[in-house]
Amino acid sequence: MTADARKQAAAPSSLRLVMTLAIAGLVSGIAIIGIYESTLPTITANKARELREAVFKVLPGVSDMQALVYREGRIVAVPKPQKDEPVVYGGYDERGDFVGYAMPGAGPGFQDTIALLYGYLPSRQQVVGMEILESRETPGLGDKIYKDADFVAEFSALSVEPEIVAVKKGTSTQPNHVDAITGATISAKAVVRIINETHVAWAEQLPAPGTEPPFAGEPADNGTGQ
Amino acid sequence: MKKNESYEEFVKGIWRDNPVFVQVLGMCPMLAVTNSAINAIAMGMASMFVLVGSSFLVSVFRHVIPKQVRISCFIIIIATFVTIADYTLLALVPKVHKELGAFIPLIVANCLILGRQEAFASRYPTRLAVMDALGMAGGFMLALFSLGAVREILGDGALFGFRLFGESFEPWIVMILPPGGFLTLGVILLFFNWFKYKKDEFLADVAEAERSGS
Repeated sequence: MTADARKQAAAPSSLRLVMTLAIAGLVSGIAIIGIYESTLPTITANKARELREAVFKVLPGVSDMQALVYREGRIVAVPKPQKDEPVVYGGYDERGDFVGYAMPGAGPGFQDTIALLYGYLPSRQQVVGMEILESRETPGLGDKIYKDADFVAEFSALSVEPEIVAVKKGTSTQPNHVDAITGATISAKAVVRIINETHVAWAEQLPAPGTEPPFAGEPADNGTGQ
Repeated sequence: MKKNESYEEFVKGIWRDNPVFVQVLGMCPMLAVTNSAINAIAMGMASMFVLVGSSFLVSVFRHVIPKQVRISCFIIIIATFVTIADYTLLALVPKVHKELGAFIPLIVANCLILGRQEAFASRYPTRLAVMDALGMAGGFMLALFSLGAVREILGDGALFGFRLFGESFEPWIVMILPPGGFLTLGVILLFFNWFKYKKDEFLADVAEAERSGS
């Protein structure tokens, strides 16, 4: 037997190569489906809980929430909004009375999209809370939009009519003024712009104050066990 | 004897052949996610899980996988473990997962992991392969942690989120930005090379002394 022939005999058939890869792919696919299916409930529950916590944070005094969408010319409550459908969250107090909206907004920041949620009271035309949900702003500078408590507190009683203006730190005089962050002006202005844009986009669609849709769901378990 | 062998495989990854400080592999996650100690540890744990799992499987099947398709098979195995790590982190620690972002799926492209499969796991018995993987992953985690700790302490004045200095501490922000990663890594590599140089010098001196003494 020559060296070449021996090499030939040692080489596995193409079928064996294909089968090896096919089996590896199949086993891998099953493993991935398994892990996806088993973690999906936890992941969805985590996301829902995070959203709930954010809504309660930006709307003080709220103990229940429901998703609201704009369909056929009016705002209606839906148990589950469709994918990619613009949605706001209505916040309700313990008696089931409407308190305000939690409005999600997103837009370009300094590095990447900033996604945020802000609480809005239509009766007072005021923003009462703001929470950054997603951002990749510069650590140490741009991330002050959620790490700097003073900046976040600027959004606890902020008038949106006329539109919010970001001003140089320490020069805020009007109820619609926000003190920007030194060293992170672009990020701070981005937050203000996102809120203004979201406000304008929904202004026409939201019903007149006092005619918001009532709370449709079951009252949430308030921890008293009743 | 046998025990020493696996011990040796374990220790070489931690120190003598440290994947980062000596082999200079896995630089992408090394520089990208080490802006805090907790991120570094999470990245190290995820890489360890992937490396140990893949090395184990590759070593078990090393006689079954034809060598013509071995790299594809290694990648399939590695990618599966990475996906498992990705979803597990997302379900268990969503906050850490958010911080690490795209770098979890990118573990699959870490040449340290494929390198160990090709250079070690596909040639040695399972027990040695697992010890080697544990050692290399341990060395990788040690390297990630030393970078992450230095950068968090200097750049944020904290370690694992606990503030170390008083209010008057002015954070050295550049340390948690990308340049800080390069600076810290450069200084650490400098130390390692200096240490190696000094050790070689010392060994040469000892050999010299022995020769002249005899």
